[in-house]
Amino acid sequence: MERYYQPEIETASREQIRAWQDERLVKQVKHVWDNVPYYRKKMEEKGLTPDDIKGVEDLKKLPFLTKADLREAYPYGLMGEPLKKCVRIQSTSGTTGKRVVAFYTQHDIDLWEDCCARAIVAAGGTDEDVCQVSYGYGLFTGGPGLNGGSHKVGCLTIPTSSGNTERQIMFIRDLSATIICCTPSYAAYLGESMKEMGLGPDDIPLKAGIFGAEAWSEEMRQEIQKTMGIKAYDIYGLTELSGPGVAFECSEQTGMHINEDHFIAEVIDPDTLEPVPDGTYGELVFTAITKEAFPLIRYRTRDIVKLSHEPCSCGRTHVKMSKPRGRSDDMLIIRGVNVFPSQIETVLLNKGYPANYQIIVDRVNNTDTLDVQVEMTPEMFTDNMGEIAARQKDLVDGLKSMLGLKAKVSLVAPKSIVRSEGKAVRVIDKRKI
Amino acid sequence: MSVKQISVFLENRPGTLCEMTKVLADENIDMRAFSLAETSEFGIARILVKDLYGALTVLKNAGYVTAISEAVAVAIPDVPGGLHSVIKAVADAGINLEYMYCFLGGQSGKAYLVCKVPDVAGAEEALSAAGARLVDQEELTEL
Repeated sequence: MERYYQPEIETASREQIRAWQDERLVKQVKHVWDNVPYYRKKMEEKGLTPDDIKGVEDLKKLPFLTKADLREAYPYGLMGEPLKKCVRIQSTSGTTGKRVVAFYTQHDIDLWEDCCARAIVAAGGTDEDVCQVSYGYGLFTGGPGLNGGSHKVGCLTIPTSSGNTERQIMFIRDLSATIICCTPSYAAYLGESMKEMGLGPDDIPLKAGIFGAEAWSEEMRQEIQKTMGIKAYDIYGLTELSGPGVAFECSEQTGMHINEDHFIAEVIDPDTLEPVPDGTYGELVFTAITKEAFPLIRYRTRDIVKLSHEPCSCGRTHVKMSKPRGRSDDMLIIRGVNVFPSQIETVLLNKGYPANYQIIVDRVNNTDTLDVQVEMTPEMFTDNMGEIAARQKDLVDGLKSMLGLKAKVSLVAPKSIVRSEGKAVRVIDKRKI
Repeated sequence: MSVKQISVFLENRPGTLCEMTKVLADENIDMRAFSLAETSEFGIARILVKDLYGALTVLKNAGYVTAISEAVAVAIPDVPGGLHSVIKAVADAGINLEYMYCFLGGQSGKAYLVCKVPDVAGAEEALSAAGARLVDQEELTEL
């Protein structure tokens, strides 16, 4: 029997969902017009006023927001409420030194946690469950979001945060955790570690996992499910919109239901900006219709997905999105962390390295690896191995502090990195997802 | 009195050494001694040659990153304990030995030791005092 966290919403008729969206969009556009001069200006440039938006059918008239807008308006430019009403920020790992900082009112946090709770219940969670949240806590939305959702469902919540694999496994076993939330690559690593400890699926009390914040394949899902003896559910979200829980998978595992009572999804052709039909891949665009503090309208996510309105066997009526097939810009998601090549370049140049570098991303044993290759120069070279190793370590540390991620640094022979005549090929992503 | 060696940066992957030795072979570079040190990712080849500047030019033209460094060279008797007497002199002087390599000198029946130390003059003084015979670039490369 399928269970829902908010059955009246999750299984509402399409007409009802549309009615909520119409009403909330109109209200949200008015709210933004009144409180976000940055967006109001964009509307004025198109000759729009809130009166032009009477429902979802008018959404396409509204201007888009992009990551560039977020950078330009950083930090307060897109806020819909005074700071006094806000109670929290969350943040991404930052692009070229500028992070996305999202603000939340208490109401925003409540709704976000509801969304996460829906995902946990869809994965079979009840107040009988012990839910271990192994996403990072802090500025990253993963830990706080699922933590809040787990509380709402009434699970006993174990806030382990990420890392310390032995302790993770100890808590899973000692406290009989039944649900785990983390990035898929960390789940795979946990599974691997348990296997090495001689633990089979029957020795692991977990029954479900909620994995998101990075792209992962169906093959990886099968492997995690087999190793840990669980059912692995995908979850989708982004800090700009709240965090995890914008969309989540149900037992059918054929796509993620978008919480359409909070987010209107559009899929557009990134070149023509025109909508594409269901089943066709395009860029996912979201309008947050219930958010107060950070109310983004027509935000281009850069995620390439397709939508499906086919009825789902789980009974939920909200539209389903496929796993993102890729990003339409150069951002890399490595172990759940957003990485821009320009950030790596900044560190290299700051430390006196030449701008000849290459970033090799791969997936080894289901964990993302980041290898930054830099060419050795006569200036850097010395007969002393210790000095070279120290420089290498200094670069690893610099990258770690910029990216929040451990990267490998390889010194390669001069001129060994292929020069391109056009745009340099900085990133080689060998991951097969 | 010290000798000059050439250090060459090499990536640690199959074939890189072979590419370098080919360059030296093609250009008729005559080596006296050769040693290779490596980490898991890169290596440093150290070479003693007769024609220091010729070899450097050849390597640079082939795109290698190189450095010249100073080392102490000592002739040691090719008998049991020969190495020990030299090492002991350096150790007794409290000088750290960064790395070293040994080779036999052609028909001379002598062995030679090249060692890298932070304090070249101090090491040479200690070695001379201990009765070791220091060798200069010319003698070494004329072997």
